[in-house]
Amino acid sequence: MAEAEESRAGGAAKPLFAGLSDVSISEDIPVEGEITVPVGSHSPDEDYSTLDEPVKDTIMRDLKAVGKKFVHVMYPKKSSALLRDWDLWGPLVLCVSLALMLQGGSADSKEDGGPQFAEVFVIIWFGAVVITLNSKLLGGTISFFQSLCVLGYCVLPLTVAMLVCRLVLLASSGTVSFIVRLVVVMAMFGWSTLASTAFLADSQPPNRKALVVYPIFLFYFIISWMILTFTPQ
Amino acid sequence: MSVSVTSGSRLGFPEPHSEARSGAERPGPVPPQPRGMMSGPGGAAGAGGGARSGAGAEWGGFEDNLQGGGSAVIDMENMDDTSGSSFEDMGEMHQRMKEEEEDVDAEAAAVDEEDGEFLGMKGFKGQLGRQVADQMWQAGKRQASKAFSLYANIDILRPYFDVEPIQVRNRLLESMIPMKMINFPQKIAGELYGPLMLVFTLVAILLHGMKTSDTIIREGTLMGTAIGTCFGYWLGVSSFIYFLAYLCNAQITMVQMLSLLGYGLFGHCITLFVTYNIHFHSLFYIFWLVIGGLSTLRMIAVLVSRTVGHTQRLILCGTLAALHMLFLLYLHFAYHKVVEGILDTLEGPNVPPFQRVARDIPVVASAVLNTTAKAIALTL
Repeated sequence: MAEAEESRAGGAAKPLFAGLSDVSISEDIPVEGEITVPVGSHSPDEDYSTLDEPVKDTIMRDLKAVGKKFVHVMYPKKSSALLRDWDLWGPLVLCVSLALMLQGGSADSKEDGGPQFAEVFVIIWFGAVVITLNSKLLGGTISFFQSLCVLGYCVLPLTVAMLVCRLVLLASSGTVSFIVRLVVVMAMFGWSTLASTAFLADSQPPNRKALVVYPIFLFYFIISWMILTFTPQ
Repeated sequence: MSVSVTSGSRLGFPEPHSEARSGAERPGPVPPQPRGMMSGPGGAAGAGGGARSGAGAEWGGFEDNLQGGGSAVIDMENMDDTSGSSFEDMGEMHQRMKEEEEDVDAEAAAVDEEDGEFLGMKGFKGQLGRQVADQMWQAGKRQASKAFSLYANIDILRPYFDVEPIQVRNRLLESMIPMKMINFPQKIAGELYGPLMLVFTLVAILLHGMKTSDTIIREGTLMGTAIGTCFGYWLGVSSFIYFLAYLCNAQITMVQMLSLLGYGLFGHCITLFVTYNIHFHSLFYIFWLVIGGLSTLRMIAVLVSRTVGHTQRLILCGTLAALHMLFLLYLHFAYHKVVEGILDTLEGPNVPPFQRVARDIPVVASAVLNTTAKAIALTL
């Protein structure tokens, strides 16, 4: 900085920075001090190191972030919190709990308990990856992990439906319970699809929204079908 | 004219156009060649001179506009930043360092002598900082090029997904309508979105059918079987028919074949969706003949229009028709309750009435083939 001042004052006769192409890195002036870059979108509590805080604070902060996203999914307003600070904790928890609840429900032999868990896991993640790739290839502006985050979080209504179905099946397992389960699962399926569409469809060109919504519809349809046909043994 | 040559050649582009426009008597396809010949030597000389004079002029323009005398605001972008903190500066510094390397060495040596005495590391700090920044620049460049090549792979598929919903709907409907025009090659849209979505829909329908028929698969998963069957058919039969088309000299590319067969699965989806829910045997056979037949006829017409010679047409279309119709038959009978009924009636009193046999996949395939043959023999 000092030398620039000098060169400007001394070189008033010649045009400023005319000799810049000749000047290379001449003197090594140590740069000291603190450089804080004012970034508007970050929260103000990030300018101290988070390494010294108690572990409870760290965990609670992450849990609160996950919980806030759950609330966003249940009441899908057009906020960008879900998209901006993506994380995959919530989808992992939902996926594992759904897979655990769906386990061991289809066959009478013990061997089918294992593949059931892996099946649900693979369907959810593989399906989410395919939908994300599809939306990117159709010209979407959303990033890969943001899309995975949204699709994973929107499995929440279906997990709630699974809980309700399990409870209903504990009570009775006749036609009435089937109708109740059908209604609940269909409602939650609609909710999931609408929630994820509300977040994802904005990132697409407007005339192609239908092309992006259809795979999401298929994806949640398959998960709903697995929930509906679940019968405990 | 000379003025336009100099200013245009710096950018490289406007000059050829002005040349081509001035020589308007040249016919359409010819301009690229004379344009190249004429602008080559002129452009190179002009570009060299223009670049150098332009660089001086541009630098002068910057100084005049941005740094007024006595202004307290310093534009860091134009300053010679020794800390090397930004990558763009590192890139520029690379170029400048290559040009005046002697100056750097002389000045660095002088600095080391001056400052090395009373503040030991000061001289080193600048060079160390520069080296670290240099390495960071290289690493960043490597990572960026790796990431770019990863994304470039996705971009290879992008043109095949460039569709509108209206187009997809039209193509779905057209896949059921055979066109009689077999003297001119019929147009096939090389698009992959529709076929991919149809394959996934078929997977979903198969899952639905397997669940309602309580299919038990021991060494695999329901989902894995459905995905494997549908994708295997789409990719495998497409490749096989493409290979046959290559042997029979048919004019069709791989993407077009994938697209054609994918849209042909639309008939399968409709048939299976209806007959998995309404379990009438005769209804299935009617659907099989009518809807399966229509989509097969459409594919056959397209292939015939693109093949020359009777034998080749026969081979290609016969194979495709057989595979397509038999696949629909297989899907219906392999994953449907009806299998148990037929097995019971055919095996007679040997099989106890309420036994549900857990089936492995290879066993299923052979059982289904037997069943299918017997069913066809029964109905004929």
